Amino acid sequence: MNLKDQLKNDVRFVEGLKACINCGICTAVCPAAQFYDYDPRRIITTVQKGNEDEIRALLTGDTIWYCGECLSCKTRCPRDNTPGYVVQALRNLSIQSGLYTQSERGRQQIKVKRQVGDRMLAYGYCVYIDEIDTKEHPEQGPVWDWYRKNAQSILTRLGANYHGEGAGTLRRISDADMEELRNIFKETGAIKRFEHIEKACHE
Amino acid sequence: MNEDGKKKVWCDYQKEIAPDHYYYARSCIRQNFFPGSEETFLKIVGEVLGKDIYDDPHQTTCTGIAYHSAAIPMETTMTVVARQFSLMNEAGYKNFIPSCVTSFGIYTEMMEVWEHFPETLEKTREQLRNATGRTFRLPENLVHTSDIIYHFKNEIAAKAMYRLVNKRTGKPLRGVEHIGCHYAKIFPVKGLGGAEFPCVLSGMIEAWGGEVIDYPERRHCCGFGFRNYVIKENRGYPLSNTKRKFDSMEPYQPDFVVTNCPGCTFFMDRWQYVIAEMEGKTYGANGMGIPVLTYEELAGLVLGFDPWSMGMQLHQVSVEPLLEKMGILYDQTKKYLGANGEALGRPELPERLKVYENDHPC
Repeated sequence: MNLKDQLKNDVRFVEGLKACINCGICTAVCPAAQFYDYDPRRIITTVQKGNEDEIRALLTGDTIWYCGECLSCKTRCPRDNTPGYVVQALRNLSIQSGLYTQSERGRQQIKVKRQVGDRMLAYGYCVYIDEIDTKEHPEQGPVWDWYRKNAQSILTRLGANYHGEGAGTLRRISDADMEELRNIFKETGAIKRFEHIEKACHE
Repeated sequence: MNEDGKKKVWCDYQKEIAPDHYYYARSCIRQNFFPGSEETFLKIVGEVLGKDIYDDPHQTTCTGIAYHSAAIPMETTMTVVARQFSLMNEAGYKNFIPSCVTSFGIYTEMMEVWEHFPETLEKTREQLRNATGRTFRLPENLVHTSDIIYHFKNEIAAKAMYRLVNKRTGKPLRGVEHIGCHYAKIFPVKGLGGAEFPCVLSGMIEAWGGEVIDYPERRHCCGFGFRNYVIKENRGYPLSNTKRKFDSMEPYQPDFVVTNCPGCTFFMDRWQYVIAEMEGKTYGANGMGIPVLTYEELAGLVLGFDPWSMGMQLHQVSVEPLLEKMGILYDQTKKYLGANGEALGRPELPERLKVYENDHPC
C-alpha cells in the first residue's frame, strides 16, 4: 500500500484534510511557524498532491516534528481543514513505518517514550514528582528542589494523598487499576510501539 | 461589530453546564505542579457551594501528553478515555469534569471521532472489553472544571471575603486571562464564548471586581508544544512563546495572570524565572515577576482561603504583591512550614529574579 493510502487509514488524516485552498491562514496563526522553519500550508499542499517521494521526505525529515499541536490551525481554517491532525497522522505513519529514525527530531521519540510512556506505566500518570528533577528540568527553579526535598510534609499540609491508598492528589494507584491500564496499552498497540522504539534505539 | 451582532454571535457559544453531581478527573500536571489547586477546587465545589462531587481513586491519566507527543497510538487514548467513562458509569455519575484543559480536548475529540467514524466506537468497545471486561456509556454533560467555577462565579462573589480591587487605591486590579488552547481552539462551540471571545476566565475576573486586560498576543499559545517541552533540547520553543506573550502584555502592567490550563500556569510562572536568570529581564515591579495563578487559587483567595494552605508557596514567582494589593490578611511566617507546623527551611534564592521576603523583595 502506498504512503498516501496508508495515511487515509488514519481518521485524523480524513478529518484533517478536506480541500485546502492554499490560503496560508494556518501558517499565519501557527506558533511553530514563528520560531521554526516550519510551514503547515506546505505540508498540506504536499499531502494533497499525493506525490509519494514528497510524502516520504516528510516522514523521514524533521519538519513534521516541529508542530506544537496547539491546534490553532483548526480554529482558523476557512475550509474546515486541520493541519495539526494531518501532522498527527504523518507522525503516526512515520513511527509505524520506522522512517522516524532517519531524522534527528524523529529519533527524539526514544526520550518521549522513556519520559512519558514509561511513567504512565509506572505511576498511572504522564508526570510524577518523584521523577522530575532540576537537572533535567532546570526551569523548575529552586522552589522545586525545596518542594521535592520536603514533599511528604508539604503535600500532607496541602491535603494531598502522596503515595497513599485511596483517592486524592498524587495517590498510589492500585495494582488492579494499573493492570487495567497496562492491559489497554497491550491491547491497543502501545506496548508494541514502546518495544519497537527501544529496539530501534539499540540498533 | 454592533451590539446586536455581538449578542447573536454570543448565543452560538453558550453551553449547558450541569448544576450538580460531578465526576472529577484529575490532571497529570496540575496535581504535581500545583497540588493544592485540585484540593481547593474540591473544597470550593463540595464545601462552599455544597455540590456533590466524586474523586475516584480508580481513575488514571487520559494519556493526553503522550497522545500529543505521538508516544502512543490513537486507539490507546480512545480506550483509556472509554475506561474513564466506564468508571464514571460505575460510580453512578453522568457529568464528567476534567481538571486539565488538554484532557478536556482529548475527551471532546474522542467523542467527536466516535460520532464521525462509528466503526471506531465499536472498535474501542471491543478493545476495552478485551483489556478490562468493561463496557461504557458516554457522559451526558462534559465540561471543563473552569466552566464550573464560571457557572458559580456569582455565588462565589456573594460569599467573597476579598475582591479583585486594589485596597489602597480602590481601583479594580488588572488581570491577564490566558486560556489553554485546547479549551476552545479545537472545538469552539464547546468553549464559553468560543475561541474568539472566550469568557470563562474574564467572567470570573469581572464578577469578582477586577478588570480584564486586552493585549496583542492575548490568544497566543503559551508554547507547551508537548514533545517541544518534554525533550530538553526543544525547550527554546515554549520559552520563546511565553516570552512573546509577556513582552506583549508588559506595557499594560498586569497585577496578575490567571489561566485555566495547568500547563499554561506552570510555563507562565517558570519561564518568567528563566527569562530573569538568563537575561535579567523581569516583568513585575521591583525585580519580581507577575504572579501567575490557577483559577482555583484566584477563587480561593476571593473566598478567603489561606494562600499557603492552597500551595501558593510552590510558585517560583512570588504571589505576595497580589495578596498585598487585595488587602489579604496572611501570615508570612507560615509560608514555609510543614504539615505539623515544623520549619522546612526555605528555597534558595534565584540569582536575579527577586523573591518577596519579610515585606520586601530580596
